[in-house]
Amino acid sequence: MEALGNLILGFSVALTPVNLFWCFVGVALGTVVGVLPGLGPAATIAMLLPLTFKMNPATAIIMLAGIFYGARYGGSTTSILLNVPGESSSVATCLDGYQMARQGRAGPALGIAAISSFVAGTVGVLGLMLLAPPVARFALRFGPPEYFALMALGLTMVVFLAGKSMIKALLAMLFGIWLAGVGIDLFTAESRFTFGQVELLDGIDFIVVIIGIFAIGEVLVNIESRGGGELFKVPKGLRNLLPTLQDLKDCRFALFNGSVVGFLIGVLPGAGATIASFIAYGIEKAFSRHPEKFGTGVVEGVAAPEGANNADAGGALVPLLTLGIPGGNTTAIMLAGLLLWGFKPGPLLIQEHPELFWGLVASMYIGNVMLLILNLPLVPLFAQILRLPYYVLYPFILGVSIVGVYSVGQSLFDVWLLGFFGLLGYFMRKLDFPAAPLTLGLVLGDAIERALRQSLMMSQGQLSILITRPLSGTMLLLAAIILLMPLANKVRSWRMKAVEQEI
Amino acid sequence: MRIRDKKDLVSAFAIGAFGLFVIYEASGLPYLSEFGPGPGFLPLWLGIGLFVFALLLVLVNLLGSASMAEKEPQSWTVIGRALGVWFGLIVAIALLPWLGFGLSFALLTTFLILVLEGRPPLTAVSAAVALSLGFHLVFALALGVPLPSGPWGF
Repeated sequence: MEALGNLILGFSVALTPVNLFWCFVGVALGTVVGVLPGLGPAATIAMLLPLTFKMNPATAIIMLAGIFYGARYGGSTTSILLNVPGESSSVATCLDGYQMARQGRAGPALGIAAISSFVAGTVGVLGLMLLAPPVARFALRFGPPEYFALMALGLTMVVFLAGKSMIKALLAMLFGIWLAGVGIDLFTAESRFTFGQVELLDGIDFIVVIIGIFAIGEVLVNIESRGGGELFKVPKGLRNLLPTLQDLKDCRFALFNGSVVGFLIGVLPGAGATIASFIAYGIEKAFSRHPEKFGTGVVEGVAAPEGANNADAGGALVPLLTLGIPGGNTTAIMLAGLLLWGFKPGPLLIQEHPELFWGLVASMYIGNVMLLILNLPLVPLFAQILRLPYYVLYPFILGVSIVGVYSVGQSLFDVWLLGFFGLLGYFMRKLDFPAAPLTLGLVLGDAIERALRQSLMMSQGQLSILITRPLSGTMLLLAAIILLMPLANKVRSWRMKAVEQEI
Repeated sequence: MRIRDKKDLVSAFAIGAFGLFVIYEASGLPYLSEFGPGPGFLPLWLGIGLFVFALLLVLVNLLGSASMAEKEPQSWTVIGRALGVWFGLIVAIALLPWLGFGLSFALLTTFLILVLEGRPPLTAVSAAVALSLGFHLVFALALGVPLPSGPWGF
């Protein structure tokens, strides 16, 4: 009953004309970003974040979240029509989606992708709505040691599933935490690692690092490989995009499977939509009456992964909004946004800012309906975006990056840093250093240092406080087990499979 | 002894050196303060972590199995293209205080499309003018976002 009352409050926020407009802008932009290979939601949200500072925070988070889950819808379009996933989370959709397109069933493939995205996306929001408040209530028991342990566990899981080499992932994470510490020390006001630059006393702005690594780094990598495949025509007319009744019947289990698996995996930090989609695909194949047909163009092979990668979006917001722990790049950037707008994501967020949380939840229900409409009749229009030449797109991305960074503090020093982090992002990709641990280290760095130092102050410097308290001790034990697990051969080979799918 | 990946080895040495630098700098900061751990506490351990894991990366590269050694060779042409774009960006950033965003960005776009993409001059100049004007209209005028300005105020 309480949830219903809160949801009504949420709809009163989400249904205002301004929020409806920005929700639409977010999901439409998300679809475009999802369609375009080489431009991801993380880079887009990072570039647009500075432009949201003048907006009402609820409106801004509604728009940015729209980009986040909208990109999941759009990603399937290129997977089906071009066999090139618009997003890494749509890789699994290529397996059967492209085969369906080759057999002249591009329309139903796009249709079932949109329908399963809608169903699972809505289930994901429902899960967020039901799970977030109890998780937040539970997290109210957390003190600094528990927060430190929770962040350590979150970072460990991201390190575990990011990149082929865990050593490189750990190095990226440590570098991210170090970057967060540049500037004035939180407790003693002593300057650290400022190299005599006054501009660094306030620290390195998160936006500068993220736009550099994601937007500029992505441009530099994409500029290397420009190649086009054959783009299948999108059938015109809504009727040709709708799957048959038999298709829908075949997808019953896939819709359920994708929704549940996607949401549960989304809640776990580090796992992400790509792994969720492959696991849902694997389960679908394992329980199918005709597993041998998977990969040849079966409709369940599209519905399960597409459902999973959309339900994941709702799941990923649970730890972000209730614990302040992001599970991946995009949610880390959203966390930075919440911090910049003056919120403290954590267990008290829902209580202290119900309009923000419930407004976001309600907007996601509305956004999913908007996306279904956008991705069924308007999918031919979005497919046309693929004809946009990259030589026009990437100068545009460079321009938005410069404007975005400059708008934060009107500092040319920040723009120079953008150039530096752009090059760093490029070399990180070239050398297989994953970006997610760096992002999370950077965004959680301050909080993790604060929690650690507060814990040690509480215990007069005794590190044992971290392991003697039951909750923090359990979480740190789990983190240690996760770090040591790759030493076991079976776990190592499973991890490599999961990581390769992510890549 | 066979090196698994030279690039990994070079990056490990660079990170190891950076870790030593962090340790050196952090050792100049108080490790403890009157409130408990001082400003040098975490950076010192981060530096140690960076150095130790970089060392581990070196060892994995030197002692790892040779079967994992074969990797796609890097093409200097494609890396050159990426670095060309980055160089263009850096020059454009350097020109911002002198020419402002509009002109610097137009020059960058022209350079990218004309020189790096090899498109006709008319295409390059048209795209540069359209994008620059578009940025000015959307960001500066419609959204009120400040753009870096040159001596003539735009």
